[in-house]
Amino acid sequence: MSAMNRKVIQTLAENISKQVEHFSKTETERLIREFHVLLKEPMSNHPGKEAPGVDRGKFRNILHEDFGMTDRMIMDQVFRTFDKDNDGFLSVKEWIKGLSVFLRGTLDERIKYCFGVYDLNGDGYISREEMFHMLKSSLIRQPTEEDPDEGIKDLVEIALKKMDHDHDGRLSFQDFEKAVKEENLLLEAFGTCLPDSIVNTL
Amino acid sequence: MGGLLTRAAQWTNDSSGCCKLEATQLNEFLLKEVLHFTEQLMVQHPEEATHVFEEPLVWSTTLEASDFKAGYDVSDLLVESHDKDSEGRPLLRLKPPTISVRSFSQLSKLLHLAENNTLAEVRECLQGNKDLVAIIFGRSFVSFMEKEDVNQDVQSLMVKIKEREPSEDVEAKIKVFLLLQKKDKEILNKLLQHVTEQVCLDPTAVRNEVEWLKQLCSKGENRVLKSLCYTSDYEFSNGCNAPLWRQLLGEICYVVLTPCDTDTLYITCSNDGVFLNKGIKQDGQESGYERISEVYRDLVTLLKHRSPYFAANIKTQQQENKEEEKTVHHHVRNKACGTTKYEPCPRWRKLGLSSTRGVEKKSSRSFVEKKMARQGAKSKMKAEFSVSSLTGHQSSHRIKSSVGAMPSELFSESSSESEEEEQPERRQENNTDLPSEYWQIQKLVIYLKGGNQTATVLTLCAMMDFNLMQETCQLAIRDAGGLEVLINLLDTDEVKCKIGSLKILRKICNNMQIRRIIVDMGGLQSVVKILDSPVKDLKALAAETIANVAKFRRARRTVRQHGGIKKLVKLLACVPNLATLSVNQEQDVEVARCGALALWSCSNSTKNKEAIRRAGGIPLLGRLLKSPHENMLIPVVGTLQECASEESYRIAIQTEGMIKDLVINLSSDNDELQMHCASAIFKCAEDKQTRDLVRKYKGLQPLVTLLGKANNKELLAAATGAIWKCSISKENVAKFQEFKALEIIVGLLTDQPEEVLVNVVGALGEFAQISANKAIIRKCGGIRPLVGLLTGTNQALLVNVTKAVGACATDKDNMAIIDQLDGVRLVWSLLKNSSADVQSSAAWALCPCIKNAKDAGEMVRSLVGGLELIVNLLKSTNIEVQASICAVVATIAKDKENLAVLTDHGVIPLLAKLTNTSDNRLRRYLADAIGHCCMWGTNRSSFGDATAVAPLVRYLKAKDSWVNQSTAMALYQLSKDPYNCITMYEKGAVKPLIQLMGSDDETLQEAAAGCVRNIRLLAQANRQARLFN
Repeated sequence: MSAMNRKVIQTLAENISKQVEHFSKTETERLIREFHVLLKEPMSNHPGKEAPGVDRGKFRNILHEDFGMTDRMIMDQVFRTFDKDNDGFLSVKEWIKGLSVFLRGTLDERIKYCFGVYDLNGDGYISREEMFHMLKSSLIRQPTEEDPDEGIKDLVEIALKKMDHDHDGRLSFQDFEKAVKEENLLLEAFGTCLPDSIVNTL
Repeated sequence: MGGLLTRAAQWTNDSSGCCKLEATQLNEFLLKEVLHFTEQLMVQHPEEATHVFEEPLVWSTTLEASDFKAGYDVSDLLVESHDKDSEGRPLLRLKPPTISVRSFSQLSKLLHLAENNTLAEVRECLQGNKDLVAIIFGRSFVSFMEKEDVNQDVQSLMVKIKEREPSEDVEAKIKVFLLLQKKDKEILNKLLQHVTEQVCLDPTAVRNEVEWLKQLCSKGENRVLKSLCYTSDYEFSNGCNAPLWRQLLGEICYVVLTPCDTDTLYITCSNDGVFLNKGIKQDGQESGYERISEVYRDLVTLLKHRSPYFAANIKTQQQENKEEEKTVHHHVRNKACGTTKYEPCPRWRKLGLSSTRGVEKKSSRSFVEKKMARQGAKSKMKAEFSVSSLTGHQSSHRIKSSVGAMPSELFSESSSESEEEEQPERRQENNTDLPSEYWQIQKLVIYLKGGNQTATVLTLCAMMDFNLMQETCQLAIRDAGGLEVLINLLDTDEVKCKIGSLKILRKICNNMQIRRIIVDMGGLQSVVKILDSPVKDLKALAAETIANVAKFRRARRTVRQHGGIKKLVKLLACVPNLATLSVNQEQDVEVARCGALALWSCSNSTKNKEAIRRAGGIPLLGRLLKSPHENMLIPVVGTLQECASEESYRIAIQTEGMIKDLVINLSSDNDELQMHCASAIFKCAEDKQTRDLVRKYKGLQPLVTLLGKANNKELLAAATGAIWKCSISKENVAKFQEFKALEIIVGLLTDQPEEVLVNVVGALGEFAQISANKAIIRKCGGIRPLVGLLTGTNQALLVNVTKAVGACATDKDNMAIIDQLDGVRLVWSLLKNSSADVQSSAAWALCPCIKNAKDAGEMVRSLVGGLELIVNLLKSTNIEVQASICAVVATIAKDKENLAVLTDHGVIPLLAKLTNTSDNRLRRYLADAIGHCCMWGTNRSSFGDATAVAPLVRYLKAKDSWVNQSTAMALYQLSKDPYNCITMYEKGAVKPLIQLMGSDDETLQEAAAGCVRNIRLLAQANRQARLFN
């Protein structure tokens, strides 16, 4: 990278690290470099075209390779939560702000983040259907049961019983927040969307 | 005998290629049965026994021509029997060493002749005629009979046979054949029983798997395997096919398996797993049993290693096999109702196959498979227990720990330990009363078994909402097989699952049975491993779980043996007493607290105490002792007081300055903490310096204050214990008196449990060493309850009571009360107690009682049989008893009449016998007793006759002034007999006596001088006698 470029990155890092709580300047700098490395890789669906940011495919790769995530739907949702402006690409700022919560977020930040991931249609509630959708592949089918989805439905009911404090049949953010504060394990109740606490890649 | 010889006997090929019956227990047993059969045949079926064999049985015998007598034509080299067959051939023919026999009657006679060598003969015979049945009956007959139904009657068989081979004695032949077959079966069953007594084989799992795999062979184009069959269709009644002697080695059956892409595999299925053998193709082969591959968990695993085609195709088969799966699964369910091995459920095994990544690479195994993995090889070894089926059927749960696998170890556990291992199991008898929670939990366990990480965590959270301290919930988890899943979760890499699992385990393990199952299944090892985790929550939970599980000694030992103590001690490192803690530091403190809790539980075992010390735990505990938080202090002090039973800890507690902190916490407002602190001081205050330190840090007053909490008996016991031990120092007693401790203590003499009484009375005994206190005890009305306690049975209490009574009896006014309450008789009768400690303590107490009683001589005489009892106790082997009784004898002997009675009971020779001791304490009282016993009749010369004088002279050289003094007194008394003087002179008593005359002690001076004078007088008298006669 040329000397000019390095200068640019340094100033950018300084700027961003002021806005982002959990990364130091050097860390931010490294993440920016990483971002540029990613940009250089050819895009999965539009080869040859200059990308305006990290696209969904590349991002999913990272989630899969570095953080061992496997659920496509969840990974797409993670991308959506990172991609604040919904343009299908992660800008440098989105990349770093997202990672700040993803890797170092406080409990409150992570609750907000997870809720965003699980709220598939973005209506502010996690509905029964959304839960069912997310838990669909979480159980080994019981061959003895007549309705193969019975177990999943049951799990959804278990989740609601545990977390739906206002008994409206869906989880509001307040429901989710309260439940997670009571029992931290419920943070990723509907699928892994955060790195394991041991994983520390940076 | 055919089946027997191929299926039961153990054959080996010797160098020359002959088959040999090995000299194993099983073969011996078999030979005896065959012999027995031959003998019985002759008696019970004489007709059949004469049936002539088709071919002769030929073998080389050890019998010689000369062994044969009547009924035989004997020549030098040939013996022939008189009995001949229809064609005139002899039925027995011996041409040494070869013998041929053609009927059972001849065989039986021959065995009779062999006398001592019968078994060897039978062995040779069987070895020489492996095809026994074919030889006896002819091959065609045997093959015909084998085809026929054995159960039809002899007549119809006869008709059929006659069609084929017309012969006269067919009937006899058939009868003999049937007899032989019947016997064959009988012996086999006997042998089988013998085998099953020794090894426990469970063929069900193997059978299920083979059945499943067989179905895979049959599917034309899609087949995964070419063929699969057992080597033998013969199945023993225990379900195994392996020959009996191989069953003894744990082998179940052998299969021949041809995969599509490789050579035929010859496989042994055994208790330990499956492996390739050298090629067992059919029944009765002698070789090929050898193992030539590693041992695999099951056939599928083996196949996946040997046949790439199988490995690749089994996955697609998986989909199509749902139906089969159902049946197999069903099978397993049924099985689970009985008492069976905990086998890997085939369903899960197959789930493992669906994992796209390699199965062998542990890290790449699927989550679910890992969760269930333990059910395989591991639990097979660990524990054998029955589980009720998933439908919730209740069954008895029997845990059989693999005792043999554990290295036997000697335990020295703390006395305070509550042993719970032997407790009978509580069982809910019927399942109709089970509450709904039970079924809800059962369902959750099913999700737990079949869920991925997300479902598992969700299910675990739901499970936590139940009241896990309730037995129904605990049993529900156990019955549904949830414990293994919870434990297996601990071995996964999923932090959240581990946290959830531990959160449940730490609660349900308040149930004793669950604790034991966790340990049996090896769960504790996994928990110990988690202590190394970098996640603090996990560490704390793991330690807390250990604290709850390690309530019995096998668990504590497991923790130690897996390095758990070291890891737990490591957890203690934190900064506990900062005013403001960061979140991180707060977590560290919590981890340390849980670590201390775990160590507290573990410290119940002596070896663990040592391990904690060696791991450097004491200074860390000392640091935590400065924590301001009660919940931290309780486990820390709890551990310390538990460990203070070891001297190394007592020293460390003192030198590391922990006494100060213990004293400070005596004033805490938490009863439990106060109790542990008092208890720690109780144990440590055996040491003088510790007692002084307690005083120095002003710990005596809080101890007295604790006596106010009389309702908390545990606390009271600890506090009184601490006061007792502290009052061994006179300075402390004085201090205690400032707080009126004695008055309170005397008040505690009534209506208290024994633990408290022991300490209270112990303290009284120490307080009463100071004369002013004796009066206080009397004035507070302490004598009466004290004497009352003499009738108790608790030996520790009796030791202390007698000591206290003895101490009080040194006061004349006290003695009057004791006498009035008949206390002397009570103390005296304690001499009959079985404990030597009580005996000696009672004897010591008697001395002041007798000394201070009014009219002591009369009182002693009034105790019928008392003096005889005293004399007999001199025969005790316990030195302390001997010494104390000597002291009593010395006291009693001051009364002439009583001394006369003692002498009549033979006290002199018994005392003389003790003189050879080298124990100075005994020497002192013994010499005292001897001195006092000299005062009667001819006792002086009796001691001389009993050779007691010479050993006494040696006492003069002892470096103990008490011994010297009482010895000098005794010698002075003895020297009044001239013969004793001669002995003393000869043994060189004069020189040490002269030295003793220079002592500062006047009584000693006087006694020594008196003795020397007597010796000198005698010498002078002798000289004069010589001069003047």
